[in-house]
Amino acid sequence: MFETLTLSALPPEDEAIRPALRALIAEAIAELPVHRRARSWVGFDASFSRKLGQAGYLGLSIPQSYGGADRSPFTRFVVVEELLSAGAPVAAHWIADRQSGPLIRHFGTEEQRQFYLPRICKGEALFCIGMSEPGSGSDLASVRTRAEPQEDGGWLLNGQKIWTTNATHSDYMIALVRTSGTSADRQQGLSQLIVDLKLPGITIRPIVDLTGDAHFAEVFFDNVRLAPDALIGAEGQGWKQVTAELAFERSGPERIYSSVVLIDAWVRHLEAVGRKDSATMRLVGSLTAQLAVLREMSLAVTARLVAGESPVVEASLMKDLGTGFEQSVPQLIGDDLAAHPDEPVDAELYRTLLYVTHVAPSFSLRGGTREILRGIIARGLGLR
Amino acid sequence: MDMQELIDPFARLIEDLCTPAAVRAVEAGGDASAMWDGFVESGFLDALVAEDAGGAGLSLADAAPLIALLGRHAVPLPVGDTMIARALLAAAGVEAPAGPIVIATGAGAVPFGAVASHILSGTPDAPILTEAKVQATGVHHDVDAYATGLDGKALRPIAAVLRAMLISGAAGRVMEMTVSYANERSQFGKPIGKQQAVQQQLSVLAEQAVAARIAAAIGARSGLAPRLPDAAVAKHGTSLAAAQIAAIAHAVHGAIGISEEYDLQLLTRRLHGWRLADGSEGYWAGVLGELRMAQPGKPTADFLRAA
Repeated sequence: MFETLTLSALPPEDEAIRPALRALIAEAIAELPVHRRARSWVGFDASFSRKLGQAGYLGLSIPQSYGGADRSPFTRFVVVEELLSAGAPVAAHWIADRQSGPLIRHFGTEEQRQFYLPRICKGEALFCIGMSEPGSGSDLASVRTRAEPQEDGGWLLNGQKIWTTNATHSDYMIALVRTSGTSADRQQGLSQLIVDLKLPGITIRPIVDLTGDAHFAEVFFDNVRLAPDALIGAEGQGWKQVTAELAFERSGPERIYSSVVLIDAWVRHLEAVGRKDSATMRLVGSLTAQLAVLREMSLAVTARLVAGESPVVEASLMKDLGTGFEQSVPQLIGDDLAAHPDEPVDAELYRTLLYVTHVAPSFSLRGGTREILRGIIARGLGLR
Repeated sequence: MDMQELIDPFARLIEDLCTPAAVRAVEAGGDASAMWDGFVESGFLDALVAEDAGGAGLSLADAAPLIALLGRHAVPLPVGDTMIARALLAAAGVEAPAGPIVIATGAGAVPFGAVASHILSGTPDAPILTEAKVQATGVHHDVDAYATGLDGKALRPIAAVLRAMLISGAAGRVMEMTVSYANERSQFGKPIGKQQAVQQQLSVLAEQAVAARIAAAIGARSGLAPRLPDAAVAKHGTSLAAAQIAAIAHAVHGAIGISEEYDLQLLTRRLHGWRLADGSEGYWAGVLGELRMAQPGKPTADFLRAA
């Protein structure tokens, strides 16, 4: 089972992009303290995202005719690895580059592709994804936000989304909404709509999290009038499209590096205080060894994407293992530091440790909970 | 060469020679010579010996599916150890004996020591062959045994990679057996595999089995003289997985899983033994930690890429 996951090397032409990319990243993070870099996923820097776009690092899988780079998932692996391992602020372009662009490319009309993709590739069109609602979390098929078809072919949108990452800063939302039938129809009758967040009738209210950040938000739709071309893909096919979209989301190297800025800061601390006892060496080695295996697994999943497959089960397996590791890191490093109460810990390292500790639960929530992922794996094993 | 042309006959050979009953007989101290002779006659013992020295000249990565099969069927003889020993001996110009060779790398129990004719120690470039003089561990039906007075520490990385490959093979079989059992065993009116609580455990087992296979492949990629970080990552990852896989498999199987007559124990006892052999996850974590800290200032991601 899962025999197709095998060791895969990054092609030299993709490795070759690292030096130039690193220079761009170094400039963006030069002034950022470590606890800001630990926020990589939620670090919002629109000018940095535009620079990445101008330099050709966004829309890597998008054809050149739409402004993309027409390169392989391996190229994207390298870019994401460089960005996240350095703790670069990726939030501004993250969702558009990772999910919305590929979605529009696969399911959009020619007009939609021409309109959105070049701007996504330049880092100039920022997207969020409207999935969760107050009554719909893991049970996504129960969404109640509704778009009624209008006589002119457009849509009248009413309802509410919640926990929408980056809604406050975004230009557009791709929302999963009901366009026909009722909640009892479950996966039938759902569609995806591209909503211009500047339209009248939309209220966006930021939600502050336990670290003081406000990366997610509530979004209210009150009789929002959408043009016919707001529909992306086919009416009633939203569930199938979302499933495909989540496979893009779950398969990259992003599920192993969320705590790596903390690991690096801790290792620098160990170097500074000169601690080299065997328990410390074992912890450094254990975290490093686990990450080495996870990185190879992530590359193996990426190789399946390169081969044109949609490795849904493999990506879920990879993500569950990866997020479990990411969450163990602040716990283990916290114990290590506090097991040496007479060793001074720099306040910056302490802030980073506590930031990652507090935000770590989100690692196995975003993009599908641990329990949902394990359900997908169980189905892959033939258990359901 | 198409590896499948080697894998299929090797699988058939093992299925013929190493039935669960035959494995139990060897574990109980029975005569293993017929089983061993089958492996000798097959020619597979020289799979890793260079072609100009009369072998098949396979790389360790090429041979990984063969070694995984040994783990998969709980083969009770040091077939993988002998493959590696014969390759090292041939490279050093030493003629190999016909019997089973084990690799002693420390003071702990040597895998398959109880059924070996010779023990390899020394270094990869200058291997030392001695006749096997071992002491039983006293563990029930153990094919491992103590060998004292030998220094084979320099062989620990290659032995650890071999153990990682064996763990990976056994782990795959344990996963299949456990999923299949969960689909067959019915409680509360339905197969236990339909219970979410059981499904979640089996998903973790599958994750660990895949992680073990990838970890073993990392170990095998640098050949018979494995790079130290590769050996460390391989044995750390597979040892970590071995204990978790055995625990989940037994939890799902319930009481029958720990019975003598059920085959799961043939595999899980080996998972535990191989986890402890040639350095556990803790030992190899320490080795990798030292390597990492010897390169101050290097970020984790850079160390991984260079490792």
